[in-house]
Amino acid sequence: MAIALSNHKLTMPHLRLIARLDIKGANLIKGIQLEGVRKVGDPNTFAVQYYQEGVDEIVYMDAVASLYDRQSMMEIVRRTADSVFIPITVGGGMRSVDEARDMLRAGADKIAVNSAATLNPSLISAIAERFGSQCMVLQIDAKQRAAGRWEVYRDCGRERTGIDAVEWAMRGQELGAGEILLTSVDKEGMRRGFDVALVRAVSEAVSIPVIASGGMGKLEHLGEVVEAGRADAVAIAHVLHYGSLSLPQIRDWAGAAGLPVRAMA
Amino acid sequence: MLLDSGTSNLLSVQRALDHVGADVVIADQPSMLDDADRLILPGVGAFGHCVANLIENGLFDAVLDYARRERPLLGICVGMQMLFDGSEEFGWNDGLGLLPGRVQPIPMSGADGGRHKIPHIGWATLERSGPDWAGTFLEGFGRDRAVYFVHSFSARPEAVSDILAFADYDGIQLTAAVRRDNIMGTQFHPEKSGQAGLGILSRFLAM
Repeated sequence: MAIALSNHKLTMPHLRLIARLDIKGANLIKGIQLEGVRKVGDPNTFAVQYYQEGVDEIVYMDAVASLYDRQSMMEIVRRTADSVFIPITVGGGMRSVDEARDMLRAGADKIAVNSAATLNPSLISAIAERFGSQCMVLQIDAKQRAAGRWEVYRDCGRERTGIDAVEWAMRGQELGAGEILLTSVDKEGMRRGFDVALVRAVSEAVSIPVIASGGMGKLEHLGEVVEAGRADAVAIAHVLHYGSLSLPQIRDWAGAAGLPVRAMA
Repeated sequence: MLLDSGTSNLLSVQRALDHVGADVVIADQPSMLDDADRLILPGVGAFGHCVANLIENGLFDAVLDYARRERPLLGICVGMQMLFDGSEEFGWNDGLGLLPGRVQPIPMSGADGGRHKIPHIGWATLERSGPDWAGTFLEGFGRDRAVYFVHSFSARPEAVSDILAFADYDGIQLTAAVRRDNIMGTQFHPEKSGQAGLGILSRFLAM
């Protein structure tokens, strides 16, 4: 029954275009290599605009993740979830099943876990078992150490973990992660393109979808990371927040380039 | 009325229903289903876990009683899967048995034999399966409109006539929407599918 009955045509799954919003306190910020922070504005305004322009998902990343900021993030998520009816992922400093539950109640659909999972991998299974794998996004911030080798960093790219990024992705999948949000610390905020080799290495090592993050500066970068990097989704930040590229522009370009983006009706 | 199936997308569904102007009551006790005009059964996560939650709260039999009264029931995602006889996810678990069929893993490769990613996550358009959508909750739904999916298992209804729509994944047709009389379901998430999804919820509310 699941096999084609009629009009059988080969199509790739739709490539997801995701807006990534890094948050500090009440503000959308834009960092460079996950540090060096600039305030951009009210995150909700940006999220609503991207939703109206047809973004496929929103990712909110708490850049500070102090207790105070956590309350502020929950308030942002609550406001956004009232008017933005697409998947919302929240990450940054998630340490426990209870924190994940609170964020899901506030309106998040998925939880991205990074630092805490590198210290305590069972957190991945705990969240996946409680809320389902579709809720559990493993966030990997990786830095190149040698050709074809990347190390996982925690605490916003500040602390080395000694863990190999490709092995960690495979382990995360085994533990129940449903998706990987893969950020190149080297490329993040530089607008010179994604770390295509990193994305490809991880995407080929796992069977779960990989979201490429960090480095989008121009339209051609999107083509590279999807075709050569085999990204299943792309997280876009800088170029959207500063208005150098708009979502309709990105979607039109991707469609014309033959990338399988969602048609906007 | 929205069934509190203990699932994490309950509030997302509620927010979307509020947005389209529904008068939403969250039902967490069997007796609350007695005077529901419409019932939505949301669900995400593992099938067995979702069914166990319903049984634990006495809601499993209450949903069956509700369905017998021929009032509209809409299952979403695992909520739709639970309408069937059962699922093979983490060993066999019985479902509500309102629709004949089983829930099975999405094949690991596409029609061309190439490996693809599981879970199937993303937006897909709906392909009509046989019958016209007139009079159904998909009436008037545009062929070019996409809705959001996230799932690793897929329902295989025994009766082709129960299938309203497929979604294409690498040349494989996955059951996207089902209907038999008052029993309806979507594998996709209308509450997370932007305007297209809100429109589907509105049509369900108008039925």
